[in-house]
Amino acid sequence: MNYHWNWGIYLEQIKGGDETYLDWLITGFGWTVAVSLSAWVIALTLGIAVGVLRTAPSKVVVAISTAWVELFRNIPLLVQMFLWFFVVPELLPREWGLWVKQDMPAKEFMTATICLGFFTSSRVAEQVRAGIQSITHGQRMAGLAMGFTLPQTYRYILLPTALRMVIPPLTSEFMNVFKNSSVAFAIGVMELTFQARQMQEDSEQGIETFLAVTVLYFVCAFTANRVMAVIEKRAQIPGNIAGQH
Amino acid sequence: MFSTFDFSVIVASLPFIWSGLQFTFKLTFVAMTGGIIIGTFLALARLSSIGPLAAAASWYVNIMRSIPLVMVILWFYLVIPLITGKPMGAETSALVTFTAFEAAFFCEIMRAGIQGIPKGQVAAGQAMGFTYSQVMRFVVLPQAFRNMLPVLLTQTIVLFQDTSLVYAIGAKDMLKAAEVAGKNYNRPVEMIIFVAIVYFSLSFALSYVVKRLQKRIAIKR
Amino acid sequence: MSEMPEAMIKINNVSKWYGDFKVLTDCTTSVAKGEVIVVCGPSGSGKSTLIKCVNGLEAFQQGDITVKGISVGDPKTNLPKLRAHVGMVFQHFELFPHMTITDNLSIAQIKVLGRSKDEAHAKTMKLLDRVGLKAHAHKHPGQLSGGQQQRVAIARALCMDPICMLFDEPTSALDPEMVNEVLDVMVQLAKEGMTMMCVTHEMGFARKVSNRVIFMDNGNIVEDATKDDFFGTPRSERAQQFLSKILSH
Repeated sequence: MNYHWNWGIYLEQIKGGDETYLDWLITGFGWTVAVSLSAWVIALTLGIAVGVLRTAPSKVVVAISTAWVELFRNIPLLVQMFLWFFVVPELLPREWGLWVKQDMPAKEFMTATICLGFFTSSRVAEQVRAGIQSITHGQRMAGLAMGFTLPQTYRYILLPTALRMVIPPLTSEFMNVFKNSSVAFAIGVMELTFQARQMQEDSEQGIETFLAVTVLYFVCAFTANRVMAVIEKRAQIPGNIAGQH
Repeated sequence: MFSTFDFSVIVASLPFIWSGLQFTFKLTFVAMTGGIIIGTFLALARLSSIGPLAAAASWYVNIMRSIPLVMVILWFYLVIPLITGKPMGAETSALVTFTAFEAAFFCEIMRAGIQGIPKGQVAAGQAMGFTYSQVMRFVVLPQAFRNMLPVLLTQTIVLFQDTSLVYAIGAKDMLKAAEVAGKNYNRPVEMIIFVAIVYFSLSFALSYVVKRLQKRIAIKR
Repeated sequence: MSEMPEAMIKINNVSKWYGDFKVLTDCTTSVAKGEVIVVCGPSGSGKSTLIKCVNGLEAFQQGDITVKGISVGDPKTNLPKLRAHVGMVFQHFELFPHMTITDNLSIAQIKVLGRSKDEAHAKTMKLLDRVGLKAHAHKHPGQLSGGQQQRVAIARALCMDPICMLFDEPTSALDPEMVNEVLDVMVQLAKEGMTMMCVTHEMGFARKVSNRVIFMDNGNIVEDATKDDFFGTPRSERAQQFLSKILSH
């Protein structure tokens, strides 16, 4: 293998600038974390709502929420990025579209975050739906028999149990968000993958570059995993496997 | 809303997009078959009693599963020519990358499938005088494969969508073809909408088939 | 039978279908204030379905049911409000697994009845004491035995100051040695004058405290008799067969 190693590359200055490559990597890491965490907040909020609606008594509501899940699950994430970035501004009323294209602050970041958030929400929704449906019918009846309305029954009884049960699958979704945020490079978000390509081209030290970026992705995935493990432990119910008899 | 859109450019660029779609199909098919074959061997390795073999397989799988696919694509595109000493086209690189990457995911599916086969089946096979590989070939793997068919297909739908990420190295799949066509006609918006509809229709149809299959398998059990 | 006092629960010609399958056929009966009714019958006879119709947990297509004069089937009826005053105890206890015993008892008092936390807590402790489980207040349901869980479930229903209680096979999911601790609570409750409708096969309980026994088969109320008549001379052959089967052991 004919490769010129240079492990000092990280501290060298970029061509024609006074930043170091390390600065690029730190910036990339920051954007990756920012996009992933913001998208995760959107995904959890929308995902729980859509997951609940998928178990609603109304057929119309179920159909709409199912359509939501199918829509975001059957189009590649990269294509969804392009849809949000290039197509959605064209579909908005003219002035709004112009504002999005010209004046919206942090346009790439906002677009990527919304896109990744909506995409992930469909996956969260499926887990939440499965969690709710795995709770015995008796729990729902018991809630209603106490005089709770249906929304109250969800709020106080079904959701707290369901969410605890789906922490393991949500853990892998949380880790996926960090991995999937890499697709945001395609619309110009300066996250890790973007920086990886930029630094490889600029420094011509591909292996060192990719190694650093890969390690940073590992750090994200590992941290996400640990955070969820702590949450899972805290949420454990003494002496019980939730919702089972 | 669509008054300013010009959808005739799609018709004009259909042959071009079709050539891209053919590569998308090829990539999906190669990565699926190659991934399932290598993945099955990886699964056997992970479940084997030979410690180092099991450890190596599980390292490979875990690493592949924790790196973003885009980074894996970039890694392979960079490293393969360094190892072989010959430049490699983006399309060939994509075929190798996806096969290697998907193998890790198919491995986990096959592993679950193999573990789901009752121990009595293995014992029965051995009692008939089969060797380990014969037990696997004639008894365990056919059942595991059949039980896991819906999951393998679901993973293939994910794979089909993920092939769009070869965009990162500029391989000419359907998305890239549509992008080029969009640039040529200066109509990127129409092209993206069209490509999204094609991806959606194919994925949706395939997932419908998987659901039907799941029901049929559930009944037979 | 003595003259009917005020009827708490009136079930009038109720029929229910699941698709084409008729699960209840023209069921008519009533429960007077302070009365204890036992509903029995083979499995699949519709007794659980009938009792769940009383507080609207199951919908019915024909006839009507009133609880203290309020129609359950009327779409204008505020069902949550009605249910808040009708206690129900389930076969599988249905305590909320993620809450402590205290929270299981207080949450509906606070969120449904609008009681203050202190008021709810005082009531909770009083009723836990009554079922003999005050010492377990801080635990979660999964840490209690089945019999203890069912006693908690009864206390949970009583916290709401119910005007009547519905029991849906309260002892059939329990290990035999735990049945009596639950029945004791129910007997005590009956003696205090609570209006009760109990789906149960515990004929000892029926003999001891019930006023009337209803026997159901195939979605029909086959027999609706006073306790003495039912155990003395059941009129229908089905009821005789049923009794001989469950009394033989």
